[in-house]
Amino acid sequence: MAGLVAEGLTHDWGSRRALDNVGFRVEPGRFCALLGPNGAGKSTLFGLLTRLFTPRAGRIVIAGHDLACEPRAALARIGVVFQQSTLDLDLTVRRNLLYFAALHGLSGREAGMRITAALERLGMAERAHERAAALNGGHRRRMEIARALIHRPSVLLLDEPTVGLDAASRRAITDHVHALARDDGLTVLWATHLVDEVRADDRLAILHRGRVLADGEAGEIGGADLTARFLALTDGAQA
Amino acid sequence: MTGSPPDISASKAARHALVALCAILHREALRFLGQRGRLVAALVRPLVWLIVFASGFRAALGLSITPPYQTYITYEIYIVPGLVGMILLFNGMQSSLSLVYDREMGSMRLLLTAPLPRWWLLFCKLVAGSLISVLQAYAFLAVAAAWGVRFTWWGYLGALPAIFAAALMLGALGLLLSSLIRQLENFAGVMNFVIFPMFFLSSALYPLWKMAEASMLLRDVCVANPFTHAVELIRFALHGQANWLAGAVTLGALAVFGGGAIWGYDPARGLAARKA
Repeated sequence: MAGLVAEGLTHDWGSRRALDNVGFRVEPGRFCALLGPNGAGKSTLFGLLTRLFTPRAGRIVIAGHDLACEPRAALARIGVVFQQSTLDLDLTVRRNLLYFAALHGLSGREAGMRITAALERLGMAERAHERAAALNGGHRRRMEIARALIHRPSVLLLDEPTVGLDAASRRAITDHVHALARDDGLTVLWATHLVDEVRADDRLAILHRGRVLADGEAGEIGGADLTARFLALTDGAQA
Repeated sequence: MTGSPPDISASKAARHALVALCAILHREALRFLGQRGRLVAALVRPLVWLIVFASGFRAALGLSITPPYQTYITYEIYIVPGLVGMILLFNGMQSSLSLVYDREMGSMRLLLTAPLPRWWLLFCKLVAGSLISVLQAYAFLAVAAAWGVRFTWWGYLGALPAIFAAALMLGALGLLLSSLIRQLENFAGVMNFVIFPMFFLSSALYPLWKMAEASMLLRDVCVANPFTHAVELIRFALHGQANWLAGAVTLGALAVFGGGAIWGYDPARGLAARKA
């Protein structure tokens, strides 16, 4: 199937177990929030999903391609926005996008057209030749999302993409990515520790101390108060 | 990486790899041009050695006629290949530093998640850094020529593959070190434990027979140092001669360091898999 599947993922950092038999499934075109407090194992999970390192056990399938058996096909189908900005601040906006496009095999007119379209969608066409350092935090994040979509992936992974942003930028980016899943059929995995970024009709997986504590529809898991449910689950696991 | 997607033909994959190589080379060139102080810093260090150190040691050191030299030479002539090696060594380590910085800043993640074999991505980084090294080496040779230390034109031409091979070898060492260094702060240790011993325990500043007069053990350490062979490869090439042993050791060290770097960056086996 398309979408994203993680099965039985286990990973250790030295003697510490960072992920323990983690599994979830995100159907195509769904927005899945991966909710977990700091230290839950979200970044380790993203490291595995993007093949920065491989799991001790378990399996990842991206858009029908097993990451261990067909890494290039699987990586070609994901767009990633890391928690830390990966823009080269000394390069212009356009140069940053060209560099990324080339890493995905796009060059010449095709790359130029896609970049121009991406910048126009963001309303940033006139800023293409400014250095990335000149953009504010919200614009940088939006640009990173646009960059992650240049090669037209079917799965978008975002690791706490709203960290450090003000409330308005946070809202705008959360809305934007929900729209990408709804309108463009993109499969989205959105890692966060902020409950207010999760909507009732989102798919939700709650990760805590390397284990999935809940997996299903956000509305069903959270009921009337997702914050209370989240705190109860994670406090209960801590006790 | 193993396996290739069925919808990507071999020629498409090759084109993709070349497009990525060009982009990485272009990015490194832009970064280098953006850091104007870097070229100046790279030139000042060896020039201080050439102008101050070599002038002072000229009277103190007597140099006998040993290959590739066919007549008595001044110490400035002797030291220039070693200083070219110094530029390559420092630049290789600077590339290592920038890789550790890239990893901390996140841009390394962008590179490593590209749908290309990881060894190819590392190779692209290595070639890009090495070409910058070669550029700096020739800039130094031009300034040295203006100072009066000149070689024949075929010497300059013949040195190109030698300098490039040495730059690749030292860049591969930097790549390997960058996979081992966990934090930027640990880079000072590289200076103390890699750059200085490699440079001083080599034939860059003194011929090996001179070292043997002081200590046979020291000479043996210098012979075991791949940097010695990189310097000798450049020295012979600048005088229009080939030193096959030095070439073989340099390329052998390139294979070992390059293989180590690929292991170090392997997502399953390398140290990357042990880092948080």
